[in-house]
Amino acid sequence: MSPTASKSLNPLSPKERIKIPRQPMPEQPPDVRNKNFNEVNLGYSEELARQEARRCLECAKPTCTENCPVGVDVTAFVELIVAGDFLGAAAKIREANVLPAITGRVCPQEDHCEGKCLLAKKVKPLGIGYLERFVADYEQRRGTHVLPKVPPTGKKVAVVGSGPSGLTVAGDLIQKGHKVRVFEALHELGGVLVYGIPEFRLPKQIIREQLDYMREMGVEFETDVVVGRTVTIDELMNEEAYDAVYIGTGAGLPQFMGIPGEHLNGVYSANEFLTRINLMKAYRFPEYDEPMLDLHGKDVAVIGGGNTALDAIRSALRLGAKKAYVIYRRSDAEMPARAEEVHHAKEEGIDFQMLTAPVEFLSNGKGWLTGARCVRMELGEPDASGRRRPVPIKGSEFDLPLSVAVMAIGTMANPIVQSTTPGLGTDKRGYIMADSEKQRTTRKGVFAGGDIVTGAATVILAMGAGRRAAASIHEYLTTGVW
Amino acid sequence: MFKIIKAEFIAPGIKRFVLEAPRIARKQKPGQFVILRIYEEGERIPVTIESSDPARGTISIVVQSVGKTTQMLNSFNSGDCISDVVGPLGKPSEIEKFGTVVVVGGGVGTAMAYPSAVAFKKIGNRVISIVGARNKELIIFEQEMRAVSDELLITTDDGSYAKKGFVTDELRQLIESGRQIDLVLAVGPIVMMKAVAELTRKYNIHTVVSLNPIMIDGTGMCGGCRVLIDGKSQFACVDGPEFDAHKVNFEVLVQRNAMYREQEQRSLAEYQRSKAAPSSVNAEHEACAGAPGGTR
Repeated sequence: MSPTASKSLNPLSPKERIKIPRQPMPEQPPDVRNKNFNEVNLGYSEELARQEARRCLECAKPTCTENCPVGVDVTAFVELIVAGDFLGAAAKIREANVLPAITGRVCPQEDHCEGKCLLAKKVKPLGIGYLERFVADYEQRRGTHVLPKVPPTGKKVAVVGSGPSGLTVAGDLIQKGHKVRVFEALHELGGVLVYGIPEFRLPKQIIREQLDYMREMGVEFETDVVVGRTVTIDELMNEEAYDAVYIGTGAGLPQFMGIPGEHLNGVYSANEFLTRINLMKAYRFPEYDEPMLDLHGKDVAVIGGGNTALDAIRSALRLGAKKAYVIYRRSDAEMPARAEEVHHAKEEGIDFQMLTAPVEFLSNGKGWLTGARCVRMELGEPDASGRRRPVPIKGSEFDLPLSVAVMAIGTMANPIVQSTTPGLGTDKRGYIMADSEKQRTTRKGVFAGGDIVTGAATVILAMGAGRRAAASIHEYLTTGVW
Repeated sequence: MFKIIKAEFIAPGIKRFVLEAPRIARKQKPGQFVILRIYEEGERIPVTIESSDPARGTISIVVQSVGKTTQMLNSFNSGDCISDVVGPLGKPSEIEKFGTVVVVGGGVGTAMAYPSAVAFKKIGNRVISIVGARNKELIIFEQEMRAVSDELLITTDDGSYAKKGFVTDELRQLIESGRQIDLVLAVGPIVMMKAVAELTRKYNIHTVVSLNPIMIDGTGMCGGCRVLIDGKSQFACVDGPEFDAHKVNFEVLVQRNAMYREQEQRSLAEYQRSKAAPSSVNAEHEACAGAPGGTR
């Protein structure tokens, strides 16, 4: 893996490249942004982007691309940024990723491209996510995406769910000339991108723009359709004549801990809490009708350590919470949340209660939450997940006063599609079985991917599954071979 | 955009709507509901489907004015549009030949119990219906219920029509008269359903109630509608809405349904104030400009 700068558009030597520090992302100051829902990161300027791009060592065997779930050609698009061809860079990304403005914002790059960046061995990794975001935004501002022209194949594909995996499948297949219709259960398109991820991390406008682009390419969308209830997979294939179906219904039923007091008023699942805020805009009540509990001056905690947990608690802070806690039963090292989100949350004043777990929710005797009885933990032997198992410390119980508690401890499989599709195989946890190479289910012509196959994961992993599925759906539609 | 084909008040504050919703009409079964979002800034509310006409592609719902959303909806007329109608959601009623089924409908719940009464009758049950309301004007679906019931008993709280009293008085009399009752289905206010459950528990009569917790998505995603059944958490939208009445924790249901009482009152007050303001333009009605159904 030796840097090959010789034929590059980048005139700098590898030594000079390493000397350039990683360009910081301009962001709203913490004590300003923790009171508003505007995006935290403000995005690179053209100059910052070109300077950051110059750091790329242009490895002959780029490990960044190898570790990208959708296989973005990183060195190629970064080189185009160095040359100032930002639209070319955007087109290069789009060959592999139909949602660059989204992944540029929410992808955990440290686990994928940036985590394997050669620069990271000596200095900080290349800001690949920041650069991706820059070119996607640049392209959007110019309003000049290039629409691919492809002859129609006459084949029809139904995509169930308009989240990241479904949109990826739709975007890839429409570019192969297939007719694609996406069905969404909610009234707004985007799945978890819309109901789950808050405005300050992923503005809804970005999603709308990506959807508009897909509409321009010819993708059809139908909301208010709960596949399995409103129409079944079999009806789609038999009565509506779809040649293939992709199931990307996403994360499912929220989990609760099963501890006393979870039915108290004031205890939310993260899905409900975030849906009220993001999808229903309850924070703008009464301008919008959906209500939520007033958080001004209140003590709020989220239970869990993932991105969803941080999204929930950072939202609570922005809605006026006086104290905002993350209660996580393991330590910093095991937290599944993106490093940047943890860093941002700490800057904003979130109080991290690590190695702590609630054992009971306390009430005022009238059905309202007043606090959580918590216990401190220590880490024991590794468990099935390979992470050290948290063990309660005897006698460490303490009461934390709270008005609102948000459970962000994961989800279970939503059974609606599985239970209404005869012959669709599921694993013992109820998730849909699909092979990891081609995303084929046990039903001919039916593919699945994303959280409904793997359990809760990330946007980019769902998109990776979507990309594999699109390739194998295309193969199936053109060869007829299952 | 879902077009309102027909809208008429069937009692003071209670309106029956026929909506164009062909996908839902094809699939609806008794006991299922839809989630409505009536306009762009609206909340999502669950409403039981009263009937459907697959040939015409329509469903009917019955809505009682209570809060802002239902008051606003009840100001909509035929030709107006509802932004979103999604369904049919929830598990259908278990319709079997049980023998004698008593269908209890309280207030607007009668319209929601009606499709199940039709189905129970059709499959060969003896159907005894008990319909109750606060007063004569609020008795709805009397003719419809009479047509599908072997017997129809009516009560009003104030005695302004039929028998004075509560539906539970009639049910108790039925039970105490020694009649064989194989199943009771009760749909109505929580206090009524709870009273029915307490009564039939003593006689060990299998009883089903249709629960109406606060919901958002209605597909199992948010968990807001969790109810306590036999001490365990269940989601009314996917595990229900019908549950064994003797296992339901009604206190938790009442408590959780009161979670946003303050906000609901504020919302309603501001809506009524805006409606009363002489300068207000009635801009809430959705123009039926968009594509039909959920095409977006």
